[in-house]
Amino acid sequence: MMKVALIGLGSVGKGVAGVIARKDLGLTITGIADSKSGCMEPDGIDIENLLLNKSRNGLCGDRDISAPDVIKKADYDALIEVTPTNALTGEPAIGYIKAALLRKKHVVTSNKGPIALAYKELHALAQKNGVALRYEATVAGAIPIMHTLEHGLAGNEILALYGVLNGTCNYILTRMADEGLTYEQALMEAREMGYAEADPTYDVQGIDAAIKLVILANTIWGNGVRLDDVDRTGIDLLTPDALRLAEDEGSTIRLIAEAIPRKHILRVSPRILLKNHPLVVDGTLNALTLETDLAKEITLIGRGAGSTETASAIIGDLLFIRDRYARRT
Amino acid sequence: MKLEMKDSPGQLVAALKPISESGGNIIAVIHQREPDLDDDTLNVQIVLELPEGRLERLIALLKEQGVHIQRIGEERLLYKRTVILIGHLMHTGLTDTVDQIDSTGFAEVCELAMSMPAVQERSSSRITIKAVSRNDMEAALAILRRVSHQKSLLLIEPLEEIA
Repeated sequence: MMKVALIGLGSVGKGVAGVIARKDLGLTITGIADSKSGCMEPDGIDIENLLLNKSRNGLCGDRDISAPDVIKKADYDALIEVTPTNALTGEPAIGYIKAALLRKKHVVTSNKGPIALAYKELHALAQKNGVALRYEATVAGAIPIMHTLEHGLAGNEILALYGVLNGTCNYILTRMADEGLTYEQALMEAREMGYAEADPTYDVQGIDAAIKLVILANTIWGNGVRLDDVDRTGIDLLTPDALRLAEDEGSTIRLIAEAIPRKHILRVSPRILLKNHPLVVDGTLNALTLETDLAKEITLIGRGAGSTETASAIIGDLLFIRDRYARRT
Repeated sequence: MKLEMKDSPGQLVAALKPISESGGNIIAVIHQREPDLDDDTLNVQIVLELPEGRLERLIALLKEQGVHIQRIGEERLLYKRTVILIGHLMHTGLTDTVDQIDSTGFAEVCELAMSMPAVQERSSSRITIKAVSRNDMEAALAILRRVSHQKSLLLIEPLEEIA
């Protein structure tokens, strides 16, 4: 049985806890913390009971037990770090991840901040301590892009990548194209559906997509690019007329993240694509096309967000770690 | 170009060879036998790209091979790309925007569709540009990017063909 500690009990955290409780995966949660409370139980926490309490009083345990306490003291093999993304500092998640790595614990995260801002340092720290740092869930939700790059396409040189990496923008553009809605109307609808935040800046100005592009570029090419290096244009100035003009020619507009190192291109921008292009996906779906020397083009399409969908990526990372680092007894 | 040649072995190759010799790039060869035509001649249509100024030489070479040229149709601007521009297109001088492309000599705006919702609102336009070569197209788009930036217009480009 692999023991895991879970930090963060928002939508993703609850999804992960729920899947671990529901499915017989050989995983036990021995520590949990949210922003207000925490609990530790070396023999495994009763998840269903804990989620019930959390929904009743907003607490997952004792107010005297903090996230750092769980990370430093709980008995676990891997830390699941799923606190909200802080794109500016990456904290407190960077500190959490470091503390676990220093204890020689594996780390699995869905948090884009630490990976976009401190990947090099964290990766080096994991290597030094002989443990894994995995972050499949940071990019394109349920799509196993990191596993595909690392294993399925091992030996390939990745020449370029193109992606629809922000479900909120894709939803807005789909609705503008299909129903002739204005940007403001489509955004309002996205909010009502729970696809957009109260402050949509991060999504609609392409910042979220750019962060994911940075994570992918650093993973694939190790080129140390940062958010500032991304040439970024959002979708907030698009008009329904522009979508109709594209439509008249059998095309549409999508927010595309694109990296082509040989041309020094690292860009997020609205682009015209033929409607039958593989990257033209509907609603909140994500899509990624990789161009490689051996496999040529490969396109992956899937759900980019959602509690259970993101949990899928996290569980995949955990089970990979368990198989790779199986304890020798 | 449309060519007429003897329908005997080796004739088609003889007609194609001068094209590569004059630096041309064959895009398509359409070769149709017409049943009601005399048996001993063959009509072939060839679509090709040829560097500027080489056409005379190609015609001479083809004549040497005994190939009769029925028709030559020339299309100078082979590369086409469509972009969308959003913003205050009229206030910022649409004629000037188009002129900046047209005055290059290697690219021109061949189609423009526009929608103007209200005087103070931003308008949207779809602009199709034709250019002599791929490099010229890139140069034309670079101009358009610069002009859009200066005039605070949002330029939406097509996603390039995956190489």
